[in-house]
Amino acid sequence: MKTFIASIAAVLLLALPGAARAGTVTVKGSDTMVILGQRWAEEFMKKNPTSRLQVTGGGSGTGLASLINGTTDIAMSSRPMKKEEQEKLKGAKAAPTQISVAKDGVTFYVNESNPVSALTQEQLQGIYLGDITNWKEVGGKDAPIVIYSRENSSGTYVFVKDHVLGGEDYAATAQTLPGTAAVVNAVSKEKNGIGYGGAAYAKGIKELKVKKGNEEIDPSEANIKSGKYPLSRDLYFYLRNAPAGEVKAFIDFALSAEGQAIVTKVGYFPVK
Amino acid sequence: MQSQGLVETVTAAPRLSSAARRRQLREKVIAGIITAAAFTGIAALVLILVFIAKEALTIFLDAHAREEASLSKMFLPQVVRQNRPPAFVWQPVSNVPKVSMIPLFIGTLKTTLVSMVVAVPVGVAGALYAAEFAPRRLREVLKPTIELLAGIPSVVLGFFALMVLATFLQDTFGLPTRLNAVVAGLGLALAIVPVIFTVSEDALTAVPRSYREASLALGATPWETAWKVVLPAAAPGILAACVLGFGRAIGETMIVLMASGNAAIVSWNFTDSVRSMSATIAAEMGEVVVGSPHYSLLFFIGVELFFFTFILNMVASTWTRRVLKRLTGAGA
Amino acid sequence: MKHTMRRAVGGALTSLTGFAALLIVAMLAIILFDVVRGGIGHVSWTFLSQPPSDGMMAGGIFPALYGTAALTLLMTLAVMPVGVLTAVYLHEYAPAGSRLAAAVRIAVANLAGVPSIVFGLFGLGFFIHFVGGSMDRLLGYQELNWGQPGILWASLTLAVLTLPVVIVSTEEALRAVPMDHRTASLALGATKSQTLARVVLPGALPGILTGAVLAVSRGAGEVAPILFTGAAYFLPDLPDTMNSQFMHLGYHTYVLATQSPDVEATRPLLYATVLVLLALTFVLNLVAVLIRARTRRRASASH
Repeated sequence: MKTFIASIAAVLLLALPGAARAGTVTVKGSDTMVILGQRWAEEFMKKNPTSRLQVTGGGSGTGLASLINGTTDIAMSSRPMKKEEQEKLKGAKAAPTQISVAKDGVTFYVNESNPVSALTQEQLQGIYLGDITNWKEVGGKDAPIVIYSRENSSGTYVFVKDHVLGGEDYAATAQTLPGTAAVVNAVSKEKNGIGYGGAAYAKGIKELKVKKGNEEIDPSEANIKSGKYPLSRDLYFYLRNAPAGEVKAFIDFALSAEGQAIVTKVGYFPVK
Repeated sequence: MQSQGLVETVTAAPRLSSAARRRQLREKVIAGIITAAAFTGIAALVLILVFIAKEALTIFLDAHAREEASLSKMFLPQVVRQNRPPAFVWQPVSNVPKVSMIPLFIGTLKTTLVSMVVAVPVGVAGALYAAEFAPRRLREVLKPTIELLAGIPSVVLGFFALMVLATFLQDTFGLPTRLNAVVAGLGLALAIVPVIFTVSEDALTAVPRSYREASLALGATPWETAWKVVLPAAAPGILAACVLGFGRAIGETMIVLMASGNAAIVSWNFTDSVRSMSATIAAEMGEVVVGSPHYSLLFFIGVELFFFTFILNMVASTWTRRVLKRLTGAGA
Repeated sequence: MKHTMRRAVGGALTSLTGFAALLIVAMLAIILFDVVRGGIGHVSWTFLSQPPSDGMMAGGIFPALYGTAALTLLMTLAVMPVGVLTAVYLHEYAPAGSRLAAAVRIAVANLAGVPSIVFGLFGLGFFIHFVGGSMDRLLGYQELNWGQPGILWASLTLAVLTLPVVIVSTEEALRAVPMDHRTASLALGATKSQTLARVVLPGALPGILTGAVLAVSRGAGEVAPILFTGAAYFLPDLPDTMNSQFMHLGYHTYVLATQSPDVEATRPLLYATVLVLLALTFVLNLVAVLIRARTRRRASASH
């Protein structure tokens, strides 16, 4: 009993100097970017053994919400900040800073056995709004379309909503999965499935080309960098204020040639 | 029922020495501390209710939130697209947030129903076997096994449902959607079978031996004795077991989050994906800005869950007490 | 004739219940078999002692193991005193027919039924925003320090969640201590608290330990309450202050199963993580079952 009380006292003493250690940089947000953020952090810490970075996912909205709440230093976001978010940040006495750190193409995935290889943006919109429900309507087999989408905390969810659905809501039948990987996994197992996500994740499934007129545009590096592929986007870091100290060093590293090489390795596209 | 431990027996002795008085004071203080500790359980329950209600109340107090998430928007059909009939839609992140609870209720109900349909027969029959027919050695193996099943973390069951069950079911039945109410329901069944089994088995073993002996003496077969005498005598306890399992299934999060597909569809087709209340909280809470209407809305769902399970628990404990009273002549 | 018929039908139905019992055991066996088969090849010392690397595609789970251990240790320190004292009150101190004792029992029974995700909401609303936020204001922190997810809040949330487990098993243990021990101690002139500290609690110790073990097992496996009270996707460091976030085996399982960049490539990692988590909870439960069986044998022997 006595030792027990002593141990509790010890824990309380430990808790007292509980201020977060100086120099830990928190990076939080987009699931699309979490692989990238983690690789950057790993490499950066190898070069600067004294710095500490922690990277967590959860979705772009999560990162930006944490930035507003003050629980993260850098928010990773795969979509531009919304007006409300900017206003909330200004309310929290911050001058939000936006930095593009990589480019990404949002691609639509189908199962490898699916004969469809290209769709127009209108067709994609029809599928995701629930107006087109059978593959034969877009030149495929006679089978129902199974739609996979992302949780509404995802930046990719918002991007597709704005750029493909024209701001309308997804069909209620869309299954929302908690990460791009889950979407890829589902589509790879689901013969009639369609999903979307960052190009980096596309493994074991077929990426759809986007039809424009008579041309089918491949989500290749050249097309995404030039902006020819219509569904490409920037990936951002957001900060509460202008970068300084540790945070600045980390961002400089991410934008350096070495950092951008990691971008390519992970499967995204360099901004520079 | 309870043998009380160290209950006061003698009090008020005349004129005490100062040492004795000090000792008495110390005893009083210790008893006070112990009694105070006992309040923690009550305090925890009250605090849980107060704090989730506090965060949820914003929906009704804040004008902007009332606009976005009024009761009518939560429970009545709304027009979601031009030239379409009104519908129940859950799209809280949208230019026009749509916050219908109906798809979430239906989703929760569907997974729970599937799990009950599987778990109740299996759990109750298994308990009947363990209590009535199993040889003693087998019974001693069976109970710890059930305890081990109960000890599997729900995230592991969710993983199993997502990785193994879903693939197996799709390959076997060629279901159009891989993750659906049936997969999640089966995963849930794994989580609630131990609950139903344990509580049912306790109720069955509470039935006095004399009932069984009387029935067998009248020429009933062992099965008839179990089915027509023991089971009815323990019926309230079995019902309580089912209600407890039901409550557990409603509140279970990780299994449903991982294996249900999380699509808020309004339909009675069990091979559609579903989105349950608990999974909605888990999936969206990370994203919301503290204090926003969406945030309060998720807490509101939490309050609903709290009340559902609270009512179910109350019902279950009443029935359990009833069966004990009836069989032992003493209330717990 | 009729009687044999009845016997046959009864026998058939009896086997059906036997089949149900078998089915439960089979379910457990299938899960175990699948997890062990998928994970055993990948569990190695390296896997247990290394942090994850290459964007969760390689490396090990040491931080998650450490985080789970630290979390459950803190939780145990918080829940045991309160749980044991509550049980002591219920069984040793409460006067017969006490209203408070009845209220505590009802509260504990209901606490056991509150969904785990609601505990998570409670942890967020009460510990993080209310307690943590107030502490930050009082201590004058400009930035969020205590009012954010961290290991302390997560462990306290789990402590509230596991309180019923501890109370129930401690009470069972107290019930197994024979009445004569108490009367003998009191007759020798020991006070109530001396009897409690030197006779009753030592006698009930195995049962109390069982409660602790069960609580740890439950706490190690619960993910829903820590989703937004402190679990993190990836951290370079082990948690070393009370407000740092932590990695957790259960959460790591969830992340690997749903958010890894390449599900097929991480399958062995995922299975190995599940295997470790499952082995951990099973060992704990087994310990609890064994202690319990011994206590029950001893209790029945002493009567």
